[in-house]
This record gives sequence, C-alpha cells and structure tokens, in this order.
Amino acid sequence: MESFSLILAIVVVTALAFDFTNGFHDTANAMATTISTGAMRPKAAVAMSAVLNLVGAFLSVEVANTISKGLVDETGIRPEVIFAALVGAILWNLLTWLVGLPSSSSHALMGGLIGATVATAGIGAVHGGVLVTKVLIPALAAPLVAGIAAMLAARLTYRLGRKADGKAAEKGYRAGQIASAGLVSLAHGTNDAQKTMGIITLALIAGGALAPDSDPPLWVILSAGVAIALGTYLGGWRIIRTMGKGLTDLQPQQGFAAQTSAATVILASSHLGFSLSTTHSVSGSVMGAGLGRKGGVVRWSTATRMFVAWGLTLPAAAVVAALAEWVCGFGDWGTALVALFLVASSAAIWKISRREVVDHTNVNDPGTPAEEPAGVVTQAIAAVTPPPTSTLEEELTATVPAPSVPAPTAPASAAAGADPANPPAKTTV
Amino acid sequence: MKIDWAALGSVFGVSLVVTVALVALFTLGITGLSRRERAAEQGRSAALALTGAYACFAACAAAVGYGIYLIMA
Repeated sequence: MESFSLILAIVVVTALAFDFTNGFHDTANAMATTISTGAMRPKAAVAMSAVLNLVGAFLSVEVANTISKGLVDETGIRPEVIFAALVGAILWNLLTWLVGLPSSSSHALMGGLIGATVATAGIGAVHGGVLVTKVLIPALAAPLVAGIAAMLAARLTYRLGRKADGKAAEKGYRAGQIASAGLVSLAHGTNDAQKTMGIITLALIAGGALAPDSDPPLWVILSAGVAIALGTYLGGWRIIRTMGKGLTDLQPQQGFAAQTSAATVILASSHLGFSLSTTHSVSGSVMGAGLGRKGGVVRWSTATRMFVAWGLTLPAAAVVAALAEWVCGFGDWGTALVALFLVASSAAIWKISRREVVDHTNVNDPGTPAEEPAGVVTQAIAAVTPPPTSTLEEELTATVPAPSVPAPTAPASAAAGADPANPPAKTTV
Repeated sequence: MKIDWAALGSVFGVSLVVTVALVALFTLGITGLSRRERAAEQGRSAALALTGAYACFAACAAAVGYGIYLIMA
C-alpha cells in the first residue's frame, strides 16, 4: 500500500489546524474567569491550561470514534469530505474569534461534516433526529444546567463566606479557581484533542493508509496534543475578554462558583452520556454566577449576540463546508483552490484582527464605558471593509450585532459583522 | 427521535448537587482558615476551625481526584 496521498497529507494538516483553532478558541472556557478575577496572571494561566491540555490528550485511550456522533452516514466518506468539513469549521472558529464570541468548536465541526456530507451524498445522509438530540437540546440545556448550578453556588458562597475575609480567604478562592480551571483544561484536552485524533484517523482509514478500526497511531496522538496545546498557549484573548469581562463582572467568589459548576457539568455530562458543550456550559455558568451576586448584572446584549452565534455555528459551518465540498468536486485543482482559499481567508482574518490587538496585556481592561468589547471591534472592522454580499453573512449581520448596538450605528456594525468572511467568500465561489 | 430525558435530568441533578456541595464545603474551609487568621492575630489558637477547614479541603481534593479519575476512565 503506497503510504500517503497528497489529499491525505492536506487533510491531516488541516485537521491539525482545526485542532489549533480549537485550542485557542477554547482557552477562554478554562481560563477566562481565572484571568478576569486576577487569580492567575494571563500568561501563566494560558501556559497552565496548555500543559494540562497536552496532558489531557494523552490521558485517555478511548478513541473518539464518534466524531460525527452518528450525525451523518460515515460509510463511504472520502478524505475530501473531511477536508471540506474542516474548512467550514476552521473558518467559523476564526470568524467568531475575530468578533470575540465564544462558540462551540464541536458544533462547528459537526456543522462542517453535515454540510460536506449533504453536498456529496444528499440531505438523506444526515440524521435529523440525531441533530435535535445531540446538538439542539444540549445547546439549550448546557447553559441552563450550568447557569442554575453556578447561580445557587455563588449565592451560597456569599452567604456562607460572610465571615471569610483577609488573606486566607483571598488565597483560598484563588486556589479553588485554579484547581477547577485546571480540571476544565484537562477535560478539554481529553475531549477535544481526541476529536481531532478521531478525524485524522478517520481520514487515514478513508484514504486507505490505515486498516479499518485501528487505533490512532502515536504520531497522531502526539501531533494533535501538541497542536491543541500550542493553540491554547496562544490564547484566544478576544474570547477570554468577552467571557471574563464582557458577560458580567466577576468577583473571586463568583469566578470560583462558575468554574466549579462548569467543571462539574462537563464531567457529569460526559460521564452520564448526555454530552454538553464545554463552551456552552462555561458561558452559562459565568452568567449564572453573575446573577448569583447581589447587584450582579449580566450584559444581555453581549449574551444575546453569543446565543445568536451559537445558533449560527452549525448552519454557517455547514454552508461553508458544502461550498468547499462542491468546489473540491471539480477535481484536484478544486481542492487546491479550497486550500488556497482557506489559507488566504485565515490570513485575512488575522490581518483584520491586528487592527485592534487584544492580548495578555489588555485582556482585562474592556474600557468600561464601552461595555461591549466585541462591538467596538466590530465597528472598527466596519470602518475599513467593503459592504457584504453573500446571504449567509447577511444573516449573520442582521442578527449578531443588532441587539447590542443602538440604532444609528447599526448599519455600520452590520456591515462589519458580515465582512470578515466575506471577501474570501467572493474569491472562492 | 428520542430525547433521553432521564440522562439529561440526572446530569442536571448531579451537577447541581455536586456543585453546590463542593462550593459549600470549600467556602466553609475558607471561613475556617480566615477564622484562624483572626484568632492568630489576637493571639488565640483555633485548632477546631483549622481541623474543620482541612477536612473540608480534603473532601474537595477527593472530589477533584474523582474528577481526574473520570477523565481518565
């Protein structure tokens, strides 16, 4: 068996790229509250999270063979389909990172798989019932479950801890937050790095480089773990800022309650067989903890934009993946075109992100009067970009920024929301 | 299409109980430590508070250990 075709190599590299975006997209899940409450310095926090992600990738040998979770018919899946799915997932991850919104990387991946499968095998290959039970219901349930638990826990810790003050209490809450954040990081490494390993293994099997039903080879485990750790260390500072400061203002007690609730929900759900998204759980628990303090507020405008992004994740990734799969269908030059497009649009998104840099130095100062870091970013983008054309992006526009921005600025920011994905979209399709 | 309400319900119940219990334990531990801090400032000892605090933290550490075990399982 000749070992490695070009398309396989491309899929593996793309999968690792997805793993990387997954890492920096989800740093916020583990570390946003820890950073915003000052329990750890930003760099130290992401470094710890990165190490634990790497460790997590090696902890479990239970192979993520259920990547698509029965969403699509996996028989006869070709490497090109997986490639197209990854393109959709990566672009959506980058786009939501640009506007600083936490969204589920797993949903993006599932959306990508659905879109690519539909494009290649028709709508019949997607199992609608599974879509509802594995995607829709968990997406609604996760923030509720984690939020209610975090709210009660925050209330309780304020009540019980009335007499806790001074250095001991401060140190205690700090240690508690670090421990629970570490647990989230570890669980994330296990779950999400495994997902990528599963994808690569699936591609290798589909491409005939591996025997069916084989375990991921060591180099796959190693590279997936390293990619996710590197991504985590890079830190998705924009999303960290939204989650740690944008949704609500957290005190150490709340940060502790939120992180504990998130860790518990993630572990309980994956263990009891009703898998919930890490991102959704953490966002929910942050909001719950925000409500759990007397006088605590949740910025519902930011929260609404986040919910909209969650709703769009799957369809948006699906549309991009379907387009990518369609172009790939033209043959090798089509695949090359998609690969080129992926690189170009990633570079473009990165370039746009440099206009307003968010990193470890300013992750904790959202500029209080603005209150909407992402909104500021969006408007900055709006100022420099051509008007949108594609329908998908218009949908995104209409829904995402609208609630957060007052009427006069709405058109501008609308154009902004649409834009990042847009110029690339024109080049491909 | 079958929604596994039992699994969802148990995730909800377990998460709620475990989170609240853990946070309560940990807060009690912290309260114990800061009581000892105050006692130490006034030159008294607070052995009971300290023991209680360590018991609480030990229980929390056990929970974290169980969490790691679940991740590995």
